[in-house]
Amino acid sequence: MDKFTGKIWVLGDDIDTDIIIPTEYLALKTVQDMAPYAFSPLRPELAGQIKEGDIIVAGKNFGCGSSREQAPEIIKALGIKCVIAKSFARIFFRNSINNGLLLIENDKLQGDVKEGDEITVAINEFIECHGKQYPVTSLPQNLVDILNAGGLVKAMQRRNNLKV
Amino acid sequence: MGSTIIEKIVRNNIGNVVHPGEIVTVNVDRVMIHDIFIPFVASKFEEMGFQKLWDADKVVLIYDHLVPASQVDDTRHFRIGNEFVEKYGMKNIHRSDGICHQLMTEAGYVKPGDIVFGTDSHTTTYGCVGAFSSGIGYTEMASILGTGTLWIRVPETIKVNITGKLPENVMAKDIILKLIGDLGADGATYKALEFTGDTVENMTVASRMSMANMAIEAGAKCALFTPDDKTAEYCGITLTEKERDLAGDADAQYCQVIAYKAEDFVPVMACPSNVDNVKPVSELVGKEIDQVFIGSCTNGRLEDLMAAAEVLKGKHVAPFVKLIVTPASRRIYREAVANGTMAALAEAGAIITHPSCGLCCGRTGGILTDGETVIATNNRNFLGRMGTSKVNIYLASPKSAAACAVAGKIIVP
Repeated sequence: MDKFTGKIWVLGDDIDTDIIIPTEYLALKTVQDMAPYAFSPLRPELAGQIKEGDIIVAGKNFGCGSSREQAPEIIKALGIKCVIAKSFARIFFRNSINNGLLLIENDKLQGDVKEGDEITVAINEFIECHGKQYPVTSLPQNLVDILNAGGLVKAMQRRNNLKV
Repeated sequence: MGSTIIEKIVRNNIGNVVHPGEIVTVNVDRVMIHDIFIPFVASKFEEMGFQKLWDADKVVLIYDHLVPASQVDDTRHFRIGNEFVEKYGMKNIHRSDGICHQLMTEAGYVKPGDIVFGTDSHTTTYGCVGAFSSGIGYTEMASILGTGTLWIRVPETIKVNITGKLPENVMAKDIILKLIGDLGADGATYKALEFTGDTVENMTVASRMSMANMAIEAGAKCALFTPDDKTAEYCGITLTEKERDLAGDADAQYCQVIAYKAEDFVPVMACPSNVDNVKPVSELVGKEIDQVFIGSCTNGRLEDLMAAAEVLKGKHVAPFVKLIVTPASRRIYREAVANGTMAALAEAGAIITHPSCGLCCGRTGGILTDGETVIATNNRNFLGRMGTSKVNIYLASPKSAAACAVAGKIIVP
């Protein structure tokens, strides 16, 4: 997944974990069962519109709130390839990498794009939109390895020579 | 350029100078798992394919949220925990000794300069002895159990300097609540808080614990106090040069510096239902209350119980108020019995419960209902934490809480 192109959905600041998945749906059995309710307090139709390979572009403090690991799992289950935001809340950032969801911090992009635009992401290199390139901070190799493995459980299984 | 405390701890751990924003892999000195998450940690650990713990002596399992069991399903957590301990040869297990964050320092599992992770957001507490400690999810805990390492982003540091003498009716709890109110619930996200100044130097380790405990309520990754003679005495150690050096250098870089004069602090409360909704108690006077809770990993220590007993001495809890006192550990319980604190609390009409998380996590001992109001010394007043979502939870210091218990309404201690 070194380079990919996708359609973007644009969200604002402080998208909290209760918006990503409200507490009332956490008791559902699987992440797939919860996914249709993702972002429902903010945009109830959004989960049904997101397609495999799409990208979310958001403002500051994305993923703030509780430590629920279901939040990044659900975004991933919807088919979102990566989330690009001005900043991420700490526990969400960790839980995302550990669940194999790519996060990229960029404080310019959100102001320059509109929903439905196509952008190209070259991991650890740049983001490209309307012919303009935005530099990205590179993730260290160990985090890229976790992402490429599909999350921390799979990365550890690989480390322990289990068939994945 | 000099270093902040967190930069020194990480540097000492990995052997390289580090700067904020860098992502590095650290060697973990100790981990804590509590009863709520042990089933998830155990299943992830085995799913990952690990056969043994990286170092069984460095793993601590503590039953506290569910002790003693109040629902049959709680016993499943104890069964899985006990099986895990047996299977992987663990020695460090506490089944009814008190709250995890109290025990980690009290039982000597954490020393200055250590790097510690726990499956609980209030793991920030161990910064009271100059350790870098933070909360993580259960998947990451499972990977540490197998590898002994974890990646971290080196945080920027906010320095909080407090000088002068606190007013008699103000406790460390009032300071940390005021700071959270000033910073906001995300004001310290990703960052380390570093506390300095003579007010902090004159504080007990127990008071520093109250403050480090609540750092997460401003989003902080950790909170740090420089180890000193009090730390050494508390930990039962002699500080090494390296440990004494865990202070921010004069030319260290801080992303923000906040200064307070101790004399300016007043008793405050965090009002429903956000920890950063902080107001002076003087603005809340007269609000009728139904219950008072003195306990938790924030304020269930001996000095907290003694402060409450001092207020309650020779008085009695208002007839319609339930005062629930929950010592943070078995040792604190014994000490409070030995020095007469428990007797004073009982004579004043307190309901004294077993050491555990108790009402703080809304599992046992004093659940409330719609429209009821509780003054509590713990760390969170989120909707539904102590019963229904229509319970009003005010967070306060033990002195404020005890004064309200007698008055039956909010008063300034």
